[in-house]
Amino acid sequence: MKHVLLGDEALAQGAIDAGLSGVYAYPGTPSTEITEYIQLHEAKHPSGIFCRWASNEKTAMEAALGMAYMGKRALVCMKHVGMNVCADAFMNAAITGVNGGLVVVAADDPSMHSSQNEQDSRFYAKFAMIPCLEPSSQQETYSMTRYAFELSEQLKTPVLLRVTTRMAHSRAVVETVDTPREQNTMSLPENVQHFILLPAFAKRNYAELVANQPLFIQRSNESVYNSYTKGTKPKKAIITTGIAYNYLMENYDPAEGRSILKITQYPLPTALIEQMVKDGAEEVLVIEEGQPVVEELIHGLVPSTIEVKGRLTGDLPRMGELSPDSVRAALGMPALETKQADDIVVGRPPALCQGCGHRDVYAALNEVAREYPQPRIFGDIGCYTLGALSPFHAIHACVEMGASVTMAKGAADAGQHPAIAVIGDSTFTHSGMTGLLDCVNTKANVVVLISDNLTTGMTGGQDSAGTGRIEQICYGLGVEPEHVRVVVPLPKNMDEIKQVLREEINYNGTSVVIARRECIQTLKRHLKAAKKNS
Amino acid sequence: MKKDIILAGVGGQGILSIATVIGEAAMQENLYLKQAEVHGMAQRGGDVQSNLRLSSEPIMSDLIPQGGADLIISLEPMEALRYIQYLKPDGWIVTASNAYVNIPNYPELEELLAHVRAHKNHVLLDVETLAKQAGAPAQAANMVLLGAAIPMLGIEHDKVMAGIARVFARKGEAVVASNSAAAEAGYQHSCQTTQQ
Repeated sequence: MKHVLLGDEALAQGAIDAGLSGVYAYPGTPSTEITEYIQLHEAKHPSGIFCRWASNEKTAMEAALGMAYMGKRALVCMKHVGMNVCADAFMNAAITGVNGGLVVVAADDPSMHSSQNEQDSRFYAKFAMIPCLEPSSQQETYSMTRYAFELSEQLKTPVLLRVTTRMAHSRAVVETVDTPREQNTMSLPENVQHFILLPAFAKRNYAELVANQPLFIQRSNESVYNSYTKGTKPKKAIITTGIAYNYLMENYDPAEGRSILKITQYPLPTALIEQMVKDGAEEVLVIEEGQPVVEELIHGLVPSTIEVKGRLTGDLPRMGELSPDSVRAALGMPALETKQADDIVVGRPPALCQGCGHRDVYAALNEVAREYPQPRIFGDIGCYTLGALSPFHAIHACVEMGASVTMAKGAADAGQHPAIAVIGDSTFTHSGMTGLLDCVNTKANVVVLISDNLTTGMTGGQDSAGTGRIEQICYGLGVEPEHVRVVVPLPKNMDEIKQVLREEINYNGTSVVIARRECIQTLKRHLKAAKKNS
Repeated sequence: MKKDIILAGVGGQGILSIATVIGEAAMQENLYLKQAEVHGMAQRGGDVQSNLRLSSEPIMSDLIPQGGADLIISLEPMEALRYIQYLKPDGWIVTASNAYVNIPNYPELEELLAHVRAHKNHVLLDVETLAKQAGAPAQAANMVLLGAAIPMLGIEHDKVMAGIARVFARKGEAVVASNSAAAEAGYQHSCQTTQQ
């Protein structure tokens, strides 16, 4: 069957067709559509695939490892920074190995279209010493997802599948199989000690993982997804990985006769690289999306007389995603003739929606904060991060999921008052709860303002893990009930919200103010659905 | 056949429905297609674009190179100009003249439209009024724009209209009819102005 699919959707369909039993994920651009596709598919064609959102990437990774422990195939999906959240589970899953197939998807976001950094997840695969796949097209994304599960079960290891924004969010025609593979039946691991990481057992497992490295390299050398073509003028060679291959082929003139090594499976296929050297390569241009991972590694694999070019040498931009234009320049080709950019065009940054509750939260908070000589407001990850921009300019920090609560605590510990955290409900249950417990335990003088829109808004309105239970969670963590306050962020309630904020700022201890009103986007959707059903 | 198209607008305006219809028509023509979209933070009222590539040959890059686009289709006049360096020197701009002002420093509209008109190959149209005149709701303004781009698409008029019918079929006949009427109004406008 042929379909027009986003890279994310091709990946999801590949997993379904590979006999997937569970997908575990926390929403994050550009990975969200993978899980959404499986959820939609499961709603239409129920086949018992577990597909509910997880609280965060770590719980997702661990649950997936549990499913793989039981012999079934599990998928974990996240944006690149989610890898940091689940790193403990991820790194140790490489030590335990797997029973059923375990594929970890990291969707990287070079150029930070919707992220706070552009870390390259291929480093994580190298760090954990497991295979990594990096498909170059939507069709490959589909096929390689199925292949990833096979590889994982054959090598008894998790496999990292890395995509980038331009793959995740670009559509193309994908040909799929007609019938999905049956799901695995439940089975226990052959050797349970593999999953008990006591030092004595872990040492043995780790030694096995190290001993397996030549096998992983051999699989890369033999992989149909890695290919080396000797050129007619092999002095100049190109190594290209994943989606970067497309930018090369968009521009490349075969008459140039360079040798080309296309890599979509790691660890690096050393035999293919050696062959390229034997064929007389004197200069190697490395074209890769993300950080210069291969470019750095290649120095250890080729003689020092070979000149390696790429992002580190300035032949390609050091930062940001590649483009057909930057690759064209690296190939020494002139830019296409074009029109001049027009400077009448001004920036149009994203903004909070009209009618959004976060707006009312910031309107009130800004007014109250102005009453103090040195307010510090620690923001977090979500739509409400846009409160940093005009017209609010309301927050003074935003780092990573949950940091608002604990940075406010650290600031309060340092003597700052008022120290205020602003965090969304989904981010709070992702990574804010443990920080709040730290605040309670030391009676930190902070106000944690939970802007509760009953959803995971930024990524398009996915379920939020704590919906309907935010107060109970705060009580359970030990926040004094009289200092858990709830307001409705609407302009008509402005005086009340400001008063509540003042009272809790002036309370010397840990307070939580919950500003609760449904996300305007999900509200519209719910009203539309209700109208349709009535 | 090869057409590289940049679809532009402001998050939430509905450029992706235009892409869906063109994609549907292209699939029926057995063309290769790649369509890079913007999801995530920018959708909150920021500038958004989609690179839509159609070809009878396999397509490599998901992105269009600077100077490579045959056509910019924009639901907003300033957004059309944002990507002007991607347009071929003889490429076409098909843009709504309706400004979407959600920033304090939006340029003076008449000056902006003069910048659009300075490009020889342009179609500038009031999609909202044309939709209204065609008896279609405001949401169909994007189909007016799509209709106006048909002469430059490299896909026949009837095949694009059939694409509209298929894409909106599940929403009922009335929706198909109003979207088709809107597209037809855009098409007629485009044919008239480009012949002058």
